[in-house]
Amino acid sequence: MKISFTINGKQETGEVEPRTLLVEFIRYELGLTGTHVGCDTSQCGACTIHMNGRSVKACTLLAAQADGQDITTIEGVAPADGPLHPMQEAFRDNHGLQCGFCTPGMIMSALAMVERHNGEALDEQTIREELEGNLCRCTGYQGIVKAIEAGSKAMQGGS
Amino acid sequence: MYNFKYKKVSSLDEAQQAFDAADDGTFMAGGMTLIPTMKQRLAMPSDVIDLGGIDGLSGISVDGGTVTVGAMTCHADVAASEGVQKAIPALAHLASLIGDPQVRNRGTIGGSIANNDPASDYPGALVGLSATVHTTKKKIAADDFFTDLFETALEEGELITKVTFPAPKIAAYRKFPNPASRYSVVGAFVAKTKDGIRVAITGAGPTVFRVSEMEQALTSSFNADAISNISVSADNLNGDLHATAEYRAHLIGVMVKRAISDCG
Repeated sequence: MKISFTINGKQETGEVEPRTLLVEFIRYELGLTGTHVGCDTSQCGACTIHMNGRSVKACTLLAAQADGQDITTIEGVAPADGPLHPMQEAFRDNHGLQCGFCTPGMIMSALAMVERHNGEALDEQTIREELEGNLCRCTGYQGIVKAIEAGSKAMQGGS
Repeated sequence: MYNFKYKKVSSLDEAQQAFDAADDGTFMAGGMTLIPTMKQRLAMPSDVIDLGGIDGLSGISVDGGTVTVGAMTCHADVAASEGVQKAIPALAHLASLIGDPQVRNRGTIGGSIANNDPASDYPGALVGLSATVHTTKKKIAADDFFTDLFETALEEGELITKVTFPAPKIAAYRKFPNPASRYSVVGAFVAKTKDGIRVAITGAGPTVFRVSEMEQALTSSFNADAISNISVSADNLNGDLHATAEYRAHLIGVMVKRAISDCG
């Protein structure tokens, strides 16, 4: 079946089987390999993308369900040859990653979190509660929580 | 995943026709349970009928003392709704505890209650608030809707359209979540409604149930001490690697007391 959607501001079309997962289409057909598959059982959040501005797990959506929708992946948060997004920069500055496997999902969840709170700076408790859909097996989360706190501040032009 | 037929429908009639035409069809709302279940082949429908394209099935309205939630309304919308937060704060709070943010952005009330997972949260709110489930065929009182483990009063092909909740005088939901999955090990929904006190327990048994002995005790005296001497039998409760039936029976008393305290 044919599907068509906007991804990172670009219109894409493709031919998929009903069983094709959205994350498979994004990675293998579109070559956008920043969206990772960690568990494939909708627990780890490494495949988190935005659909119509909301964070969703791309391993638990059929590609067919994305037909006509507006999608953003980690590749779409900052220009390819430009500076990093402030949230990405904050992960680098605050040791928010070690192996980096969970990082794209963490950043997509962090951006959705800022959006949900109307762009306000986020406190530690909010971040810890709302990060429950993303697993990291390296950092113990300390750096990630710090990074999101700093990133949310940077996004509003603060320190 | 094994292959299947997929059809996105744009009306309830079309959904019904697709279901009737299918060999072994299933409806998909948010897909948060269905897709993982199909990946594991615990369910292998021949046809998946996607309800995501039907207009008018999602949305929340508050009219006088009634909160109406469309079947395709996602948990995040119920949690964030100012109308729900004002009319039935316990319902908004319950929705905010389901799964994680990504799941709440996709999972729907209709999908959740049609599935009737014993560890899901919404059955507690529906029974605790004496809600009504509206379907393509009839209206079903929450007390009659959840019949057994993953079983409901829905007939083959019958679709939920909305759920109406009468606003209680006061209500609270407390759950002991599984720390990994956030499913309820035991969830207690306590409400003072115009027709009396309701205590609905989810997570503990094959399906949601009320504890009439606690309801009676709380009718005489609405405080946590009133139920101190009431114990719930572990017979017929769920036991698994997360908690034994006895542990769940104990947790019921603890969670109900906490919910009562939250009612203030």
